[in-house]
Amino acid sequence: MFEIFGIPSQALFGQLLLGLINGSFYALLSLGLAVIFGMLHIINFAHGAQYMMGAFAAYLMLQYLGIGYWPALLIAPILIGATGIIVERLFLQHLRSLDPLYGLLLTFGLALVIEGLFRNGFGSSGLPYQVPETLRGGRNLGFMFLPNYRAWVIVLSLAVCLATWFAIERTRLGSYLRAATENPVLVRAFGINVPRMVTLTYGFGVGLAALAGVMAAPIYNVSPQMGSDLIIVVFAVVVIGGMGSIMGAIVTGFALGIIEGLTKVFFPEASNTVIFVIMAVVLLLRPAGLFGRHA
Amino acid sequence: MDRGLNQPVLLHQRETSRSLEAAFAAMVVLLVVAPFVIYPVFLMQALCFVLFACAFNLLIGYVGLISFGHALFFGWASYVTAHAAKVWALPPELAILSGTAVAAVLGLIAGGLAIRRQGIYFAMITLALAQMMYFFALRAKFTGGEDGIQGVPRGRLFGLFDLGNEAAMYVFVLVVVLAGFLLIYRIINSPFGEVLKAIRENERRAVSLGYQTERYKLVAFALSATLAGLAGSMKSLVFQLASLTDVHWTMSGDVVLMTLLGGLGTVFGPVVGAFLVIAMQNYLAPFGQWVLVIQGLIFVACVLAFRRGIVGEIANRMRIRL
Repeated sequence: MFEIFGIPSQALFGQLLLGLINGSFYALLSLGLAVIFGMLHIINFAHGAQYMMGAFAAYLMLQYLGIGYWPALLIAPILIGATGIIVERLFLQHLRSLDPLYGLLLTFGLALVIEGLFRNGFGSSGLPYQVPETLRGGRNLGFMFLPNYRAWVIVLSLAVCLATWFAIERTRLGSYLRAATENPVLVRAFGINVPRMVTLTYGFGVGLAALAGVMAAPIYNVSPQMGSDLIIVVFAVVVIGGMGSIMGAIVTGFALGIIEGLTKVFFPEASNTVIFVIMAVVLLLRPAGLFGRHA
Repeated sequence: MDRGLNQPVLLHQRETSRSLEAAFAAMVVLLVVAPFVIYPVFLMQALCFVLFACAFNLLIGYVGLISFGHALFFGWASYVTAHAAKVWALPPELAILSGTAVAAVLGLIAGGLAIRRQGIYFAMITLALAQMMYFFALRAKFTGGEDGIQGVPRGRLFGLFDLGNEAAMYVFVLVVVLAGFLLIYRIINSPFGEVLKAIRENERRAVSLGYQTERYKLVAFALSATLAGLAGSMKSLVFQLASLTDVHWTMSGDVVLMTLLGGLGTVFGPVVGAFLVIAMQNYLAPFGQWVLVIQGLIFVACVLAFRRGIVGEIANRMRIRL
């Protein structure tokens, strides 16, 4: 045990870890928002609700079907991603020729419907979800205690983020995707089914949100309103990073998580608001966002 | 991105404003008669939200800027008015003035930041700024945290009229809300308002014509925030309460819903929308969270099926301005 700036290392690194965990969720969610925005040009307001649905899917599968954490990690994102595909087919595809604000209004309405339904079904109090057996406990690193599950969350979300970045920036499929973002008509003329790509992209973004939800279930309580407060912070993260760059979304997400964690140590009163304050400063100094291309 | 939200309304711009005058007269008559039939506190609540929604409509309907953070101005004005009336013991007119002034200052600051980005970013920034101020309200001592400020005295207006009397309070609310309504109507039909509409239709074009669109947007935002603050101030006197509900993002969502349901960019849409949403919230309150579900479904239905809103659809069918 030692001290840094008069703060015990245990507390400092503990909050830093918590910040990294939050940062993992910010990164995963803002990544999903950026991917969806790139193809559909809408801001998916239902993203928080879909993250919550992911957590509930894991909870319900364990409760009623006896399906544990590991299968849920795969099944829940696919299931919730499929609901996303339905949403895109039913609603969003009709909004393509309209002002993007209508997409925002529609997904906001969907978020209300989803949150209302879950509150009806499960009440507003949180439901506990056990950490999977294999990841219980933790290890002492000398300067801090590292719970295994939290280490896993950071590693997994980093891996998923980097894999997504690789798929979009470095593969053939990704190049189609980027081309369709720039000029959908031309890409269609080359015989690529752009509408289907748009649908799948939305499903993928929603799946990412659900994956984050499953990962969050053992850390936070599973509750209907777990998504709505988080999504507002993620919006601020997106404004800070700018949605032009996939890597930008990832880096900004993790960095802001860490900054928030450090604020909890040095100036706890501001920990809820620090990200919003940073957003205001970024807007003043670099209105397009740190990695932004479109203003 | 520069496309307007509600172009069809413009088609009827040249037609006589007689339909507007008739509708305004009908509205005033209804609102004068209503308290004899309907519970006055409900009417006063609805009237405050009418002003709130009209203020919001000024921004989305006529400048094309969608703010998802208008609860910030409504809620903080409500807190300041409640504090001024209760702790500083100011008379109601000064309490309302202080609440409205604070909303104006907050509007200038938030607007100055938000107009640096466009479209959906604008919505996200206003939402985030409002959430920041929600956390301040949660932490600050004078707001009373979870309890809010309760038992706010209504006081005597100009030292003459006792607002504790429901009838006097109703008349006061009605006069203020109608004045606000007429002011907004005046703004959107002034040369200033015409520039705002030009910005909504095509901002780049407006810039090329030599208008400093940033300034116009900022002034419009501040005006909208100020009037939203006036609505919040009135609300805290009507209910004698300022609470966290007023600054929460759900309040911002409610005002978007009212305006969308009534008709974006219509003069009377926000009035109809506010009455419908408040009535729904009151009558459906026993059904708990279903209100949230129904509100969400209305959003979806409005966006998919009738984007002009109720008043917009009627005006369109009858080929008049409303």
